[in-house]
Amino acid sequence: MGRKRVMVAMSGGVDSSVALAKLKDEGYECIGVSMQLWDYSRKDDARGGTSGSCCSLDDIHDARAVADRLDVPFYVVNVEEAFSKEVVDYFVAGYLSGQTPNPCVKCNQVLKFEVLLKKALGLEADFLATGHYARIIKDNGVHKLLKGVDPEKDQSYFLFTMTSEQLSRVLFPVGDMTKAEVREYARARGLRTSDKRESQEICFVEEPSYADFLSSRVSARAGEIVDASGRVLGSHAGLFNYTIGQRKGLNLSGGPFYVLDIDTAGNRLVVGPIDGLYSGSLIAREINWISESAGRAFSEGGLEGISVKIRYRHTGVISTIRPFDNGMARVDFTEPQKAVTPGQAVVFYMNDEVLGGGWIERAIK
Amino acid sequence: MNKIYFDHNATTPVLDEVFEAMVPFLKEQWGNPSSIHWAGRGTRKAVEDARESVARLLNCTPLEIIFTSSGTEGDNHAIKGLAYAKKDKGNHIITTKVEHPAVLNTCKHLQKDGFDVTYLDVDTDGLIDLNALKSAITPRTILITVMFANNETGVLSPIKEIGDIAKEKGVTFHTDAVQAAGKIPIDLQKLNIDLLTISGHKLYGPKGVGALFARRGVRLVPLIHGGHHERNRRGGTENVAGIVGFGKACDIALKDMDREITHLKALRERLEKGIAEKIPHIKVNGHLEKRLPNTANISFEFVEGESLLLNLDMKGIAASSGSACTSGSLEPSHVLLAMSLSHELSHGSVRFSLGKSNTAGEIDYLIEIMPPIVERMRSMSPLYAAAK
Repeated sequence: MGRKRVMVAMSGGVDSSVALAKLKDEGYECIGVSMQLWDYSRKDDARGGTSGSCCSLDDIHDARAVADRLDVPFYVVNVEEAFSKEVVDYFVAGYLSGQTPNPCVKCNQVLKFEVLLKKALGLEADFLATGHYARIIKDNGVHKLLKGVDPEKDQSYFLFTMTSEQLSRVLFPVGDMTKAEVREYARARGLRTSDKRESQEICFVEEPSYADFLSSRVSARAGEIVDASGRVLGSHAGLFNYTIGQRKGLNLSGGPFYVLDIDTAGNRLVVGPIDGLYSGSLIAREINWISESAGRAFSEGGLEGISVKIRYRHTGVISTIRPFDNGMARVDFTEPQKAVTPGQAVVFYMNDEVLGGGWIERAIK
Repeated sequence: MNKIYFDHNATTPVLDEVFEAMVPFLKEQWGNPSSIHWAGRGTRKAVEDARESVARLLNCTPLEIIFTSSGTEGDNHAIKGLAYAKKDKGNHIITTKVEHPAVLNTCKHLQKDGFDVTYLDVDTDGLIDLNALKSAITPRTILITVMFANNETGVLSPIKEIGDIAKEKGVTFHTDAVQAAGKIPIDLQKLNIDLLTISGHKLYGPKGVGALFARRGVRLVPLIHGGHHERNRRGGTENVAGIVGFGKACDIALKDMDREITHLKALRERLEKGIAEKIPHIKVNGHLEKRLPNTANISFEFVEGESLLLNLDMKGIAASSGSACTSGSLEPSHVLLAMSLSHELSHGSVRFSLGKSNTAGEIDYLIEIMPPIVERMRSMSPLYAAAK
C-alpha cells in the first residue's frame, strides 16, 4: 500500500496520454478518467465525432485505448451538469454582457480542480494529474506554480485560479517536457495519440464560429456602430459577434476601423482607428494570489516590476499592481497595451512563477 | 483482490452447462439449419429443441417463439412491427416513463413517423395507475407496451391487470420481460400478453441471442427482411450455438427457479438490512413487495452514486446505477426521476442485482466495506455537514 495513487484526467490528447504513461512508469498507482461534458446521444449537440476539440466521444475512445494499453483502470465521469452551468452558461453570459470570456480557465478552475479533484480524493487518490504544460514545485514548504519549460506550450496562464491547497494535490507530469519530447515519449510507448492533432479553440464551439454557437442559444439584437464621438457609421448584427480589437466583419466604408468598446447598455459598438485600442492600465476583479507573499505585498500597497500577461499569447508587460475598490486590482503597464479585453484573464508573473491573476473588468485609456 | 459480482441485471455469467451445450455448435455441428441435407439436420433439430425450451419457460407453444439477436431487437420488432402492421387501424401507442431505452427510443422514433405516444407516469413506488391507463386508451390505440420488471428497481408492473384491460379494449399488449424471464414465473396461458421480449444473457445464457413471443394470430411487419427463417418473421441464418445455449439456460432457469427465488430473497434481505443498520440516510427505492427477488436499488443521501460505484469497483465489487451513456459514463436515472425521487437521491442511487453464485459472505463483505466509503464521501459534502 506504499504506492501513491493518482487520478489522471485524460482528454484523449497526447499530453494527458503521456502524463499517464509517465506516472505509470514512475511507479504510481494510476486511474484514468475522462469527463463526459455533453450528452453525446443528442443529435442537435452532435459533439460525437468532433476531432480537433477535446473530450468528444472519439477522444474518450482514444483515452480509453491509451489507458487499456497501459493497463490502467479507466472511467468516464459524467460532469454534464457542472459543465453546462459553470462553463457554457458563463461563456454565453460573458458575451451577452459585452465581454470576451475565457471558458478554458473556467473549465480548469471548476471542472478539473474542483469537481475532478474532489472525485480523486473521493477515490482515496493522493493526487490529480493533468496534461498541462506547467510545473509545480515545493520551495521551503510552499507550493509554487511555474511556467512549463516549453515556451511555445506554456499553459500556466490558464491556471491562475489555483490555490496552494490545490497545488499540493495536483501533478503536471509533462510540465518539464517540450511538446516534441512529449510526442517522442508517446511514440516510444506506442500510444495511439502520439501524432494526434492538437486541440484548437474552444472545445464546445463546433459551429463555424463562437458567434454561430451563441446565435443558436440566444437571439441577436442589432444596433448601431458609432465612433468615439457618437457619430453613427453603420449597424451591427448583435454585440456578441464582436470582440475588442476586431477589424474584420464590420462592413464599414473608410477606416480601417477597430472595435474599441462594446457598450451593452446602449447596444452600441464603438469603433475607431487603431490608436484608440491602446490602454495604459486595466482594472481586474476576482483577484487570486497563489503566492501568499505576493498577496501580502499587494494588500500592503502593491507590487512593482511584475510581468503581466493580458491574453494567452501575450508576451507580457512589466507593470505595477495596486489594490483598487472592492477587492479589485489596478494594473498600470510600463507601456500601453493593445486590445485590453474585458472577460479575459490577466496573469501576474515573477520570472517563471505565477503569482496570481484576475479577470479583466475594464481597460483604462 | 476478491472479485464480487452484484450486477446480474446488466448481464450474467454463462453457466458451465450452457457453455458445454454450445461447444459442439461452434465446431463439429456447423451446418445451416435451413439446409435439406445431412449437414443441416442436426442444427435444425438443435434450434427447434431450444425453441421448445424457451416455450416451456414461458408456457407457450414453440411456434410462438421467434429467435432474435437481443432484447433490444425483440422490443424493436414487437413495437415497430405491430405499429406498422396496424397503422391503418390507429396510430396511438401507450407506454410508461420508466421503460428501458430499447422501448423508449423505439417509441420516440415512431413519434417522428406519425405515431402518437402516451408516456404514463408512475407513483413513488414505481407503479403505473391502472385508471390512468384505461383513460389513456382511445379508439386509435393500437399498442400498450409496459415492462414486466424494471431493470433499475426490479419493480413488477401489474401485468395481469394490464393484459385484462388490453384484451377488453381490443388493444395489443407487449411487455419487455428481459429482466423478469428466468427470475420469476411467467405463464403465458394465464396472462393476456400478445408480445413478450426476453434475452439470453440475462438468464445465464450467451450474449447475442434473445426471443420474441408473438401470440398466435398477432401479425407483425418483420424488422429484418430476408429468407424464410423463423417462419418468414425474422431473416438471417440462425445463431445456432447461441440459440442452443439460450435454450439450455431456459431449462436450468425453469428447473432452479423456486430455489433461486428463496436464495436471492434471503440475500437481498441480508443486504438491505445490513446496509440500513450500518448506514444512516439511505432509502430503498421501489415497491418493497412487488419487486424482483434479486434487485436492491438504494439511494445514499449526500453521496454521488457514480463515485460510490468507482470506489466499489476499486475494491473489486461490481454494481451499477442508472444506465450507461455511449461514453461509458452514467446518466441520471430517468426511472428514479419518474418516481419523483429528488435529484439528490436519484444521483445517489446504486443498484445491486444479485445472482446464483452470490453468497452471504459476499454480502457481509459489502456491508463491511460500504460504511467507511460512504462516510468518507459524505465528509466531503457540504450538504451533509449542514444536515448533521
